[in-house]
Amino acid sequence: MEWLALGNIEEIPALGGRYVETPQGQIALLRNENDEVFAVSNRCPHRGGPLSEGFVSGKTVFCPLHNWQIDLEKGEAMAPDHGCVKTFPVRIEEQQVWLGLEKATP
Amino acid sequence: MMNPVPIQHRKARLVVVGNGMAGIRAVEELLKMAPEIYEITVFGDEPHPNYNRILLTPVLAGEMALEETILNPLDWYAEHGVTLHTGSRVTAIDRVRRQVLTEDGRTTPYDRLLLATGAAAAIAPIPGNHLPGVFSYRDMADVEQLTHSSDLGGEAVVIGGGLLGLEVAHGLRARGMGVTVVHRRAWPLDKQLDARGGKLLQTAMEARGVRFLLGKESAAVLGDTHVSGLRFTDGSEIPADVLVMTIGIRPRIEIAQAAGLQCEAGILVDDTLQTYDPRIYAVGECVQHRGQTYGLVAPLFEQAKVAANHLAEYGRMRYQGSVTSTKLKVTGIELFSAGDFMGGDHCEEVTLLDSSQGIYKKVILRDNKVVGGLLYGDTSIGPWLFQLMRDGTDVSAFRDNIVFGETHLGDSGHAGENQASRLADGAEICGCNGIAKGSIVKAIREQGLFTLEEVRKCTKASASCGSCTGLVEQLLASTLGGFYDSAPKKKALCGCTELSHQEVRDAILAERLLSVRQTLAYLDWRHPGGCATCRPAINYYVRTAWPAEGLDDAQSRFINERAHANIQRDGTYSVVPRIYGGVTSPAALKRIAEVAERHNVPMVKITGGQRLDLLGVKKEDLPQIWADLDMPSGHAYGKALRTVKSCVGTDFCRFGVQDSTRLAIALERGLERMWAPHKVKLAVSGCPRNCAESTIKDFGIIGVDSGWELYVGGNGGMKVRAADLLCKVKTHEEVLEVAKAFLQMYREDAQYLERTAPWVERVGLDHIKAVVVEDLESRRQFAARMEFALSQEKDPWAEAISGRLDIHAAPLRRIPA
Repeated sequence: MEWLALGNIEEIPALGGRYVETPQGQIALLRNENDEVFAVSNRCPHRGGPLSEGFVSGKTVFCPLHNWQIDLEKGEAMAPDHGCVKTFPVRIEEQQVWLGLEKATP
Repeated sequence: MMNPVPIQHRKARLVVVGNGMAGIRAVEELLKMAPEIYEITVFGDEPHPNYNRILLTPVLAGEMALEETILNPLDWYAEHGVTLHTGSRVTAIDRVRRQVLTEDGRTTPYDRLLLATGAAAAIAPIPGNHLPGVFSYRDMADVEQLTHSSDLGGEAVVIGGGLLGLEVAHGLRARGMGVTVVHRRAWPLDKQLDARGGKLLQTAMEARGVRFLLGKESAAVLGDTHVSGLRFTDGSEIPADVLVMTIGIRPRIEIAQAAGLQCEAGILVDDTLQTYDPRIYAVGECVQHRGQTYGLVAPLFEQAKVAANHLAEYGRMRYQGSVTSTKLKVTGIELFSAGDFMGGDHCEEVTLLDSSQGIYKKVILRDNKVVGGLLYGDTSIGPWLFQLMRDGTDVSAFRDNIVFGETHLGDSGHAGENQASRLADGAEICGCNGIAKGSIVKAIREQGLFTLEEVRKCTKASASCGSCTGLVEQLLASTLGGFYDSAPKKKALCGCTELSHQEVRDAILAERLLSVRQTLAYLDWRHPGGCATCRPAINYYVRTAWPAEGLDDAQSRFINERAHANIQRDGTYSVVPRIYGGVTSPAALKRIAEVAERHNVPMVKITGGQRLDLLGVKKEDLPQIWADLDMPSGHAYGKALRTVKSCVGTDFCRFGVQDSTRLAIALERGLERMWAPHKVKLAVSGCPRNCAESTIKDFGIIGVDSGWELYVGGNGGMKVRAADLLCKVKTHEEVLEVAKAFLQMYREDAQYLERTAPWVERVGLDHIKAVVVEDLESRRQFAARMEFALSQEKDPWAEAISGRLDIHAAPLRRIPA
């Protein structure tokens, strides 16, 4: 696991998100009303919508394309939809947001 | 100093008396809101877990098995930690010791008690009424016994020609018995039908082999050891092997009464469903609220929701009574009735009778408002009629056609079909999500769905564009039969609250709530972060109420309005610069062409609103494209003023009588950057040939020789609606002022996401005319408020170019490999 500093939490709008470009594709960073930050792959399992542009509330992000709701802890779509996105670990230390990425296997 | 002794926290104990639909619904609602606070024990005197009482007749008729009617299987109770005692009758409540006593001698303590004892069948006080062979028809036990007795065949007599009576008559006939319905009144179902409707029903049921004896009063049940017949007060007699009494129900209040709780016809409750004893709540058929008792599912569920809210210690909701309508199927005949269906003084009737098709419709109006209605044979307009009734809509504009229902002319997405019952199971109902009729009906039956919201959640049908909502409501009604009530009286804004749009809006104004976050906190939102439904609505209400002070929260706007561009299916965006009135120039076209080339824009398309769309742009490139274009945003992405379409007009057209392009440009300049509940489209035509299609626009203008005709509430999209003539004016200035006043009224009054077409229908054209046309001072004030609101808005593209607005175009970081 490699921890990458992404910047200050204030760069991610509360109840919304940003994304980072990584070798593993885009990863959405989503911040809720309690300043918790979640990282998930930035592609909705439905039609690939950018989750970083969705509404965030509690542990849920609403996809901006067709309003699928994704549980940010489990990465699973909520019923009646089915599908999941990859989740990534996030740490926040003194306002700094850190993203944990598996080292790419050589 | 001693350490404080930790207090042992035990969960509070909630005991529910009654394992039926109302009681368990309340438990479900409570578990949703506060799953942890109670240890819950449920007593039911029947041996079954909670089943769907609506389905007694299909079971009697042999169309369904008991197991198929179970709403909450035993596993459900176990999973939710609810202790269930079936076949266990509660005989007394000890309010002093706070415990309930059951028949088997058990005592169970409670901290809170919920009574949901339901109702029992009323038994006619005549001799012989307890002879073997005499039944009531209330629960599964009745059905089982009736099934058994009817297996022997013979003659059945049903006393009482109401809903239940006719259902049981149908069921027994289906089981092969000879059936006679005895009723005191001159026609069956007199509480739901007038004489004409009652006679139609009687004829139809007689054709199916059910006999009627009307105007007959029962005097005695005959027989020594078993029922053998029935004698009437006029001395006549009929034979009977089975006798079913369905003369009414009475709330089961005995244990409440014995415990000293105040009761009249039912257990008295206040608007929080609390009884005389603050620890005891009551819901369902056993309850009397504001003098009313209820037997339909929808009101019981509303009560359950409110009681659960108070048991969960939220303490926010009030039950204010329900307006009910009845929609039922008796032997396959569809009936609907609501409100005052008899009419009388000061009422007018609009009727349609087609005897050969067995269709009868009657709508009762008072002061041009629907106060009641009755539909026989074709009930497709029922939900709509009920909506008109509840909303108190002025129907003067379409009263001539009211019995034909809402004009579905042009409803797109489901092949123009508007009667769900005529569709095959495979027919697609929801064109957005591809959901067929069969799967919706299956979900309603198997998963025990009762409301539109539940169907949306469970199947996705009607959850996207909503144009099939009417069809889904019909499916609910026909599947649930008599117990479906088309909609709760009040629609909550979303699942985060019980408050309606209007209540939230009123609070924002009255309490000076200046942001979405502040509003969610002040109104105790269930999810502190709201959801994708409420946040955009609240942001709009805040901005409309407080155009200067209110915070425009970017995270409460859809991505389109946050990025100021339209997101496309592949995550790219489209860019539409404003082209006032659709009039452009070689220089502007060259610039757009150059920008498209420079940025390799994959597609350039002419839009339906007379402008150009650059499609396939990456979010990162948006600010640079805007800077290169150096043109204002066209707001093609927003719930906002879109375009003012125009025809050529007097400058060039040989038919034109007015300068439509100049007026269109003036209107677009005067209204640009206007946010609204939904998108707003205008058009100006220079003569009555109407080349700009003004009559299907939110605000349409048609030039005539003597001035301008102004039309409102038109729509050309999902649901075609021709606009209504608002007024006629002479000058451009008047057009502008009326346009601003009308649109400001719409902005202040319509619900978020309500287009002008349904809004005009809802509030009534006459009312709009009075406010924004006839009352000149009011018109001026509305227009002035619009101008003030617009003065607070800046061009978002210019803001982004200058760096005052950050749309987060670039990624937060790029992590190299």
